[in-house]
Parts: sequence; structure tokens; C-alpha cells
Amino acid sequence: MLLQDKDRIFTNLYGWEDAGLKAAQKRGDWNGTKKLIGKGRDWIIEEMKKSGMRGRGGAGFPTGLKWSFMPKDSGKPHYIVINADESEPGTCKDRDILRFEPHKLVEGALLSGFAIGANAGYIYIRGEFYNEAVAVQKAIDEAYDAGMIGKNACKSGWDFELYLHRGAGAYICGEESALLNSLEGKKGMPRNKPPFPAMAGLYSCPTTVNNVETIAAVPEILRRGGSWFASFGNENNHGTKLFCISGHVNRPCNVEDALSIPLKELIEKHAGGVRGGWDNLLAVIPGGSSTPLLPKSVCETVLMDFDSLRAAQSSLGTAGVIVMDKSTDIVQAICRLSQFYWHESCGQCTPCREGTGWVWRMMQQMVRGEAAIEDIDMLLDVCGQMEGNSICAHADAAAWPVQGLMRHFRDEVERRILEYRKKHAA
Amino acid sequence: MGGVRVKKFEQPKNFKFSKENLGKIDAVLKKYPSNQKQSAVMPLLDMAQRQQGGWIPEAAMEEIARILDMSRLKVFEVATFYTMYNLAPVGGYLLQFCTTTPCWLCGSGDIVKAAEDHLGAKIGETTKDGKFTLVEVECLGACVNAPMVQINDDYYEDLTPETMVALLKNLKTGKKVTIGSQTGRMGSCAQEGPTSLAEQAKKAKIAMAEDSGKGGKA
Repeated sequence: MLLQDKDRIFTNLYGWEDAGLKAAQKRGDWNGTKKLIGKGRDWIIEEMKKSGMRGRGGAGFPTGLKWSFMPKDSGKPHYIVINADESEPGTCKDRDILRFEPHKLVEGALLSGFAIGANAGYIYIRGEFYNEAVAVQKAIDEAYDAGMIGKNACKSGWDFELYLHRGAGAYICGEESALLNSLEGKKGMPRNKPPFPAMAGLYSCPTTVNNVETIAAVPEILRRGGSWFASFGNENNHGTKLFCISGHVNRPCNVEDALSIPLKELIEKHAGGVRGGWDNLLAVIPGGSSTPLLPKSVCETVLMDFDSLRAAQSSLGTAGVIVMDKSTDIVQAICRLSQFYWHESCGQCTPCREGTGWVWRMMQQMVRGEAAIEDIDMLLDVCGQMEGNSICAHADAAAWPVQGLMRHFRDEVERRILEYRKKHAA
Repeated sequence: MGGVRVKKFEQPKNFKFSKENLGKIDAVLKKYPSNQKQSAVMPLLDMAQRQQGGWIPEAAMEEIARILDMSRLKVFEVATFYTMYNLAPVGGYLLQFCTTTPCWLCGSGDIVKAAEDHLGAKIGETTKDGKFTLVEVECLGACVNAPMVQINDDYYEDLTPETMVALLKNLKTGKKVTIGSQTGRMGSCAQEGPTSLAEQAKKAKIAMAEDSGKGGKA
């Protein structure tokens, strides 16, 4: 069943209307915020648990559960930090919220901050999103001026300060502990965990880090009730979700639909189908660059949700769907991602610093076929060693696309090696 | 910045923030707890870069270290970690071409080539007149509007080699340019119209995609 317009949260997704406070209020933002706060911290967390919301930043951790990890009385300031460092190749959904629906984010920040006992929040936005930062700052200023945030926010009795902090070009700052280091004025390198941010996050205080889409959906979930949100998608994969469909489709676009929508339907209904028709499909990267690609045979039936894509040995990630038709040099497409992970490694851990570069060099050889058949297994062996051996998941994320390529397109890689050998035999 | 080939240039001996910026610094510091001044290092580096016309001299880092009670080394660590801080002069227009897979699939290679040919400078170089610096960057997060380039603060999207060259010509001659999509798309909505939000589309006088609701093209 297709999602109906009345159940879409982001009604100004395409920026047809003004992003400012008045227009946002007409769309329903800031409606009854005081009343929602009046229902209390526990009620908000309970509703979020009921909604089945799983974090929209990629990892899919249940939001309500995450919030419940925050201590009740730590004696320290608590912080809500919003991750607007959207940089995962294939992903451009948060950008639309930041520029066209910033009031949903600001209201969501207040409600989430209240739920975790935070009187202050930071939005960490990637530096390249300059105009988006201007839009968010405008929304923050408007909310202050109207008494929605600041002292006694919305006359709720809760004080809430919200600040915008711009990054400066580092994919790794999307990793939550690297983001916190960056916000503290340090190099954006991930921290060892534990301690987790809920115990010692920003300035060593209890902190919750959530993705933009997660936080911006909170007000509507609380207004309509957790069970409304939970009514979409399959068991354990609930709610509506922003999808980005890029690459070889007739109509690349972002769209909000229900989780568990079939991938084929998403591409055909919203993105105008694969360029040259469905049969011209080669493969799809379903959830941003780190998620292993799916060959056409899997794309026929797979559902776009956390558990279905996991069962297909991939992941929903950020729901950044990258479509590749049969004209694609699939080895080069993945090789370019290997270059990305090499470029963005922060260099702190050896398996990542050395591994990402080694994988990229090897992948460049695979593109040309200038390798031995045994090198494929060696490459996979190195990828295996990169997994789980560093402070954050960057090295793992670098390994997954290569593993996906070899799982489904090993024949093509071998064909190139044999062809190269034949050509250079003399 | 990693990719720029730097010719010899002079480091200014001194750097002082302008009066206007000094006022802004006070406002920036208020965002962070009073014992956490170091958090302001990124906004201050950005401010210095804008004041200097696109790059951060060493003297500015020293000044920031002084203002924030940080060691020079800590400021330098941050300035060298992030790609957006230029530690050497760049052209008035910094062209940042996204070439990561989603843009690459949509022809970013042709966009880069068109710009290089038109400007007579390669990726990593600055044009002889000092106006344009070309760099290759990783995903800029506008993938459904690929291919795209960021020029200074603004994104230019849905490029073709022809519109890329037209854009450069207009920048060169100081003519007005359109920020965002070069094909008139609104945000991330499909060129041919949306497949959702019918009521909002009607209000905005935007036609739905012809086959919306019918399952799309085969």
C-alpha cells in the first residue's frame, strides 16, 4: 500500500512554500508544543518507543531506547546534539529538512532536549551546507524571537538554548564521537567507547546524538501518537522515511514514503524507472555508499527496510539509493567509493589508515584487470581484517562495498583479469 | 587543502580581526560554555578565511590561539584536519567539483573536463589571472541533483558540460548566475513533477508527474 499524502511528515520537502516561522506554523509546526512538554519526559520517551522509530542516520538504533539511556540525575548539564553532517555518498535528505523544514528540526530539538533533560542543544551542520546553515540559523532566530525556545520555551517552564555549529569538510565528523570532538574544537577523530556519549559526551557531560531526520520527525510523531507512526512499514521497521534516488533513473528525486516499500516500486513509482527500462538495471546501492550493492535479481523483490536489506546482506543505511544501469563500469563505481573512504579516513587507526589506501590501490588494479585471480581473495582477506579492528566503523564501511562487489560481480572482475593477461601475454 | 598545487606566496606578518568581526567573535563565544572557548576555533578559522579573501595565514592562527587561550599547535591541528580551510591563497572563485560515485554516474567527469578546457587549468591549479581555482572534492550531498559543483558558498546543480561553461562565462564577465539547479528544478523534486504531495503541488501551481499514481514508466 502506498503512503498517502495525509501521512507525510515533510510537506514542504521540495521548498514550494516559505521555510520561515509563519508558513511553518500554517503547516502545523509548533502546534501544541507546550502541551506535549506538559505530558512529561517519560510520556515522550514512551511514545517514541511505541512509534518504533529507528535512527535515520544509518545505524537504525531505536530512538526511544537511546533516549532512555540518559541518566536521570547526573548533576551535570545534558546536551542534545543533532548530526547534520550529511556526507554519505548518495544521501541528500537532511539537506531538504535543513533548508525547507528547519522549524521541524528546531521544534524537534526542543522536545527531544526536554525528553533527555537537556537545556542546551547543538546542531552540527557540514560546512559545505552554507545556505542551509543560513536557513537553520534564521529558524533558530525566529524561534527565539517568538519565545518558542530560550528561557521558558513555549511557556512550558523548560529552558532550552539551541546553537548552530558549522563543520569544515570532514566526512568522519558524521561519526558521533568525532562530531563531539570537532564541536569541542579538536580534530574530528572518533573516541574510544565506552564511555558512550550518554555517560560522557560533549564536554564529558551526558549527551544524545541524533540524526536530523529523526529529530525533525519527533514533533509530528508526538502530535499524532506513536501508534500512528508505527502503523507504517513491517514489524520492527516502522514509520515513514525520506528516500534519495540518484544515478541512472529517469527522474532522480527525494521522496517520503513508508518503510518496507519494495525497492522496485520506489524506483518505478517515484523515480520514473531505470534509464532504458527495468531490464537495463545492473545493480543498486540501497542505502548510501557503505551499503553493499544488490544485483538486479535481488532488486526485483527486496523491501526497503532495515531487516529486509540486512537479510539481503546489505543495509538500509541512510536510504540513499544509487541506481546503476548496464552501461556502468561497476568495478570503477566501487573503486571510486574506495577512493572516498581512503580520502576520508582520519588516520587514527592503522587498519583504516593503511587499509583504505591499500584497498583503493588494489581496486584500481582490478578496474584495469592488472591483477592475479588470487588477488581477489587477498583483497577480501584484507577487507575482513579491516572489519572490527578500529575505533569507529569507517574501515568496516570501506570494506563493505568491495565485499558486495565480489559477492555479486566476481565474474566481471575475473573476466577483466583474464582479458588483461591475454592482451599482455606477448 | 590537499589538492591544490601551491606556488610561492607570502605569509603576512600580522593578522588582526576587523572591528566588525571582533564583535561577531563575542557572539560566537556566547554559544559555548565560558570554560570551553576552544569550541569557537572552527567559526574563528572560517571568519579569518573570509576576511583574508579565501585563505588562512599563519598569523591568523596565532591570533586565534591568543584569543581562545589555545596553543598554536592545537589551532594548526584543526586548520590542517578539515578540507575547507585553505592554508594558501586560492582564486576568487573556488570551484569544488564533486566526483564521487553518484555524481560520477551522471557524468561529473565531463563537467570537470569542460571546465578545465574552458579555463585552461587543471584540477589542483589556479587560472593564470588568479580568478579560478579548481579542486576535486568528495560527495557534497546533492546526489539527486547530480552532477554538481560548489563555487564559494553556493551549489550549482543538474549541470551539463554546456551549462558548466555558460556558468563560468557569466562568472568571468560578472553577469548574474542562477544558484542551485541549472535546469530550473525546485530542490530535490523531479524535473517532470512530483509523485507525492498533490495538494501542496496544486497550491504551488506545480503539475504532478504525468504518470504519478500509475506506477511510473516501465
